Amino acid sequence: MTTNILALLPIMIPIFAGIIMLFMGKRPVMHRVVSGISGLLMILAAIWIVAHVFQNGTMVTYIGDWMAPFGINVVIDMASALLLLTTSIITFAVVVYSFQSIGIERERYYYYVMVMFMIAGVNGAFSTGDIFNMFVFFEVFLLASYVLITLGGTKIQLQEGFKYLLVNMISSNFFVLGVAYLYSVTGSLNMADIYLKLEDYDGSLVIMTIIAVVFMFVFATKAGVFPLFFWLPGSYYAPPMPVIALFGALLTKVGIYAIARTYSLFFIDNQAFTHQALLLLALLTIILGSVGAMAYTDMKKVIIYNILIAVGIILVGFSLMDEVGTIGAMYYLIHDMIIKAALFMLVGFIIYRTGKADSERLGGLIRKHPVTGWMFLVAGFALAGVPPLSGFYGKFFIVQSAFDNDHYIAGIIVLVSSLAVLVSVVRIFMNVFWREEMDFSTLKPIKSDKLLFSSIGLVIVSVTFGLAADFLYPFFEMAASSFHDPASYASYLTEVE
Amino acid sequence: MELITIIISGILIGSSVYLMLSKSLIRIIIGTALLSHGVHLMLLTMGELKRGNVPVLDPEVSNYTDPLPQAMILTAIVIAFALTAFILVLALRMYKEIGTDNVEEMKGVPHDD
Repeated sequence: MTTNILALLPIMIPIFAGIIMLFMGKRPVMHRVVSGISGLLMILAAIWIVAHVFQNGTMVTYIGDWMAPFGINVVIDMASALLLLTTSIITFAVVVYSFQSIGIERERYYYYVMVMFMIAGVNGAFSTGDIFNMFVFFEVFLLASYVLITLGGTKIQLQEGFKYLLVNMISSNFFVLGVAYLYSVTGSLNMADIYLKLEDYDGSLVIMTIIAVVFMFVFATKAGVFPLFFWLPGSYYAPPMPVIALFGALLTKVGIYAIARTYSLFFIDNQAFTHQALLLLALLTIILGSVGAMAYTDMKKVIIYNILIAVGIILVGFSLMDEVGTIGAMYYLIHDMIIKAALFMLVGFIIYRTGKADSERLGGLIRKHPVTGWMFLVAGFALAGVPPLSGFYGKFFIVQSAFDNDHYIAGIIVLVSSLAVLVSVVRIFMNVFWREEMDFSTLKPIKSDKLLFSSIGLVIVSVTFGLAADFLYPFFEMAASSFHDPASYASYLTEVE
Repeated sequence: MELITIIISGILIGSSVYLMLSKSLIRIIIGTALLSHGVHLMLLTMGELKRGNVPVLDPEVSNYTDPLPQAMILTAIVIAFALTAFILVLALRMYKEIGTDNVEEMKGVPHDD
């Protein structure tokens, strides 16, 4: 049995790129080149992985050739592979976007290094098959994100960065605690092995439910689910736009992925409590996100509250735990990562061009930027889930599954939330691009070809994803199978024995 | 023995909660350090505290100690150390930039113009 190096590429490429850039010193142009190239390489590696997993099934790499339940292994099923691909695409887009927006000072002080380390952590969390290893990768990307959120050292960044750091430190400590409890119950850390051990678990259900709640506390804090989202709007408001795009697109989604993984593999005995609680929290998240998105006219705030709505919708899909629901959740997860990054970048372009974040004070920009304006509208429609665009399929499957399982209220809330999303985004569009024209002489002369390249590029990726949804269905069916049928995720262990 | 360590870790976590609820930056940071200590002690307890033999696979030995919790704690301690170092530097920067260590005064969002 040889170690398959291919599965490790999405983790190794950004780490090596980061180390190379560290040794280069403060040479921003070289950093741009290295991080751009490594972004492209990651996309190629991820496409290769998706193709490989599609043909051969789940890809498992035993690190150091230690056999499965004892050593740490990297397990890439279809869900992980798709998430890796999406992460790579977004990373490349954000890196290109940063060339003209992040500012030379931040670039000099190792901005790209931290982006690469963060991506290494995110990719690691997506692809690891070991629960403690997942904690370590969480810490890797969190530590890099602490640096990214405070890099530049403005007052708002420091004060919000400290809150972000504190909240995440506390929830990380609880992650260790949850892993400790889980280890004392099952005696294993390998996620597939824990699933097999819990299959014939005859101990107390109460203990498992408590562990489930501890894990929910941890991942809900990272993902921004209802009672624990309080840090998110403030902290995501502080850093510069490319960093917000990265955080909004990737970091909350890692939390969702972890919830989906643990709640499908470990906590399946007491679904009447755990999954119902998850569903309830998801619905409350959607409602509060909708209220927030409608309440603000500040463009950044509106999109940030839209993150909460998306988190809720994806969790509704995962908490239903049937085939249709998880397929919908996978569709919506991938769709939302792409479209959130695109929207943040478009809003960032408007903010950089006008110098204002409040949409009420802008107007008539369609004359100056017709393409950007229409692209923003397309992105908004995709976010709300207007049919041929990508958001529709995820919501369709999730709502169908909610009605199948007699959760009529859940289905209706998901549907009504689309309306809130549409209103909030179209209101930005109308304020910024229509109405009477603002004073165009106050516009800032910025170089924007790379800003527009990555933001419009991502919108096009999203539209293509929506149009090709039918063609991609087998991929998503395969990805969802490891959530609604966790035995298929654990099968690599049973087949070996 | 387990009972004692559980109580100790409870005391550590309780005092860390008290410290983290205070308004001074340094107290909060010490609180996070204590929280991680309490959690690590709990992790150690979860692997069962017992006197056994060396954690090496050997057909002669039947009573092993479990090396895994110690390995996990080692990793977690290193991470907690890095985080504490980072948050201390951040607190210094905040004190210089904002001019106070009172978290009550660290709120509000700047508006454009």
